[in-house]
Amino acid sequence: MRPAQGSHNKSTSLFEALSAVDKHSDPLIVDANASITLSNLVSGSALFGRGDELCGRSVLVATTNQFTTASALIELDGVARRIVLCPPDLPIEHLPYVMDTAAVDGIVSDRTALQYGSPRPLYFSPCSPTVEPAKCERNACYKTEWILLTSGTTGIPKLVVHSLASLAGAIGPPNMSPEPIVWSTFYDIRRYGGLQIFIRAIFAGASLVLSNAQESPAAFLTRAARLGVTHISGTPSQWRRALMSPAACFISPKYIRLSGEIVDQPILNSLHSAYPHAQISHAFASTEAGVAFEVNDGFAGIPPETIMCTPFVEMKVKDNSLRIRSARTASRYLGNNVSALLDEEGFVDTGDLLELREGRYHFIGRRDGVINVGGLKVHPEEIEAVINRHPAVQGSIVRTKKNPMTGAMVIADVVLDRVNACLDEDVRELREDILLRCRESLSSYKVPAAINFISSLSIAESGKVLRRNA
Amino acid sequence: MDIRSEIVHQFSQVAREQGRRLSPLSDDLELLESGLDSLSMAILVVRLEESLGIDPFTLTDDARFPITFGEFVDFYETSSRQSQ
Repeated sequence: MRPAQGSHNKSTSLFEALSAVDKHSDPLIVDANASITLSNLVSGSALFGRGDELCGRSVLVATTNQFTTASALIELDGVARRIVLCPPDLPIEHLPYVMDTAAVDGIVSDRTALQYGSPRPLYFSPCSPTVEPAKCERNACYKTEWILLTSGTTGIPKLVVHSLASLAGAIGPPNMSPEPIVWSTFYDIRRYGGLQIFIRAIFAGASLVLSNAQESPAAFLTRAARLGVTHISGTPSQWRRALMSPAACFISPKYIRLSGEIVDQPILNSLHSAYPHAQISHAFASTEAGVAFEVNDGFAGIPPETIMCTPFVEMKVKDNSLRIRSARTASRYLGNNVSALLDEEGFVDTGDLLELREGRYHFIGRRDGVINVGGLKVHPEEIEAVINRHPAVQGSIVRTKKNPMTGAMVIADVVLDRVNACLDEDVRELREDILLRCRESLSSYKVPAAINFISSLSIAESGKVLRRNA
Repeated sequence: MDIRSEIVHQFSQVAREQGRRLSPLSDDLELLESGLDSLSMAILVVRLEESLGIDPFTLTDDARFPITFGEFVDFYETSSRQSQ
């Protein structure tokens, strides 16, 4: 049996939640190029009033910007059988796998029709960049499955199954204060962290200020300040960058939320000195485990009582790894030959390793060696596979290196074939060549920042390369 | 090694690799306006550790990243003097 909800929201769809909230202050969803009131969002359509034609389908939402995604999600939740949310950097070569695994038979996109090579008959629904007044039929009442994508070891994404109830499970009671909430986030709403903020804003009837990919921190912060942002979330890396901008002092949030990476004391201190009146909290959440807890005492690390007694979330530390059971976790992975998401007792093993130090738990890294670059997961194996394809390479190991900007960076130690391990000049050329291959086939945050040539890799007794993370 | 000229060299090297247009590097240039994004700046710190042998960020608990190019150079120069 799944644990109790704890959620204060009983809406069966985003549309229903949005229809129910008090919109007298005319809250907005806004990005750098467009804005719409929540009232217009309820009465209009970005799908040319034809959202009902996607009724009961498994719909891939692949739009070029967050704003369009936001309006499509409101229209589709409760209407589609399944929503498959495409993150902004999904490599196109993985689309056929995603579509096949999620049995996609409908696509919402603002791109012109793409060739997706799907064997199923597809219904393609164009998505307009603006929401136009339209009479929408909403006869369907599906408990839509939400499929979020997260990175897998080999680069092929994992498809994680959520429901609106699990996604909204951590949302507290509605805001009773007379002052309206204005949410903002550095995250993209097409990933779990940003989606949380989007759903919070919809359930609260609050305005939401979205960032744009090409926007400078100064431009985003200036815009957020003008719209009176009160609540704002991001990773420590995003905050470190924001604090470098003179525009950081324009905003005066009441609530700052950090998540997605290990939070250290210096970033908490810097935020406290920049925003002395804000409540600064760091939270643990992941696509698989959902929102687990937040720490509000201004210190890095987690008090043991947070692990022991956070309401509605059971946590335990087993083999140093944090395990979580709650109604907010995902239910399973989609696909054949995928690992079980929940253990036999219904816990998600996060793989995040904890160490008890001076009375508090601290995250010390991941069991599977996953590197967190500014909140984005990097599987060493995926990068090693690219490097090892180089004809001059005998083997490689990818490891993490602490970084003041992104928390961590990717470094590769490479063993060359004996024939190639010769002149300095050749080595320089080889380094360039290996990096070029990485750049060609990996997202930029996965490309090693440095390549070191070493004479041999340490092999463990198991026969596997020994991973040791700095 | 002259720290300033190595930093200038690495700025343009990383900008070239990342396909970014670098602004003229004057001391009062804000790093956020330099043309480098977070990832480029993260790479820059790794490359400077390789070439200069120091990572001043590991030597301090101060999380504040320098704001201007001049501060950045000064941060490395000061750290280099201290580690000698």
